[in-house]
Amino acid sequence: MKIRLRMFAILRERSGISEAEIELAEGATVAIAMEQVGRRFSTIVDLLPRTAAAVNLVYAKPMDRLHEGDELALIPPVSGG
Amino acid sequence: MNTAEDIVALKSIALDVNDAIDAVGTGESGAIAVFLGIMRRDKNSEGRELVALNYEAYGEMAEAQMRQLVADARGRWPISRVVLLHRTGVVRLGEPSVLVVVSTPHRAEAFEACRFLIDQLKALVTIWKKEVWGDGSTSWVDGPGK
Repeated sequence: MKIRLRMFAILRERSGISEAEIELAEGATVAIAMEQVGRRFSTIVDLLPRTAAAVNLVYAKPMDRLHEGDELALIPPVSGG
Repeated sequence: MNTAEDIVALKSIALDVNDAIDAVGTGESGAIAVFLGIMRRDKNSEGRELVALNYEAYGEMAEAQMRQLVADARGRWPISRVVLLHRTGVVRLGEPSVLVVVSTPHRAEAFEACRFLIDQLKALVTIWKKEVWGDGSTSWVDGPGK
């Protein structure tokens, strides 16, 4: 299945990518997707332990399952205000 | 009771506090609490001066989160109206980066709701700031994390 990956702020800068399509096995979880992203973009691996995830605009847990067409966003620690 | 008059948005242009105060006035509100987050003077460990902050947002999620925070606040306090705005792009010294204006019948709930909205926004909403230093170098501000 294909999902849309989005990255922001330091993750976007370090990877050089703000959006990408990624191919995952059926039933893949958020944690599996993040591992795969870490393998593909080695410049952000050290940031991933402190990176949260959102699926379709809502914060997600590592064990949440992804579905075809989902938007997975990688969220570095927020610093608004 | 999430009224159509609430204004919740990311803005790429300067925030106007007077417009926000005008927007929350109703005949029923005896109190308006205003919070402005302002870009302040700062120096880094090497003595460089901070000249600007550059804000980036995951816009669709941030605005949805901000609307949800307003709905949560409305569930807890008798709010008349809310303006909740956050800047994107470059914010310079003395300019507001975030604005929270809440009107309620009485002052206690205006203060409480205003405090809740800014605290929750800072903790949860998908916005990031990058510091721009006097020598042109930049650094992402490291938030407290998940």
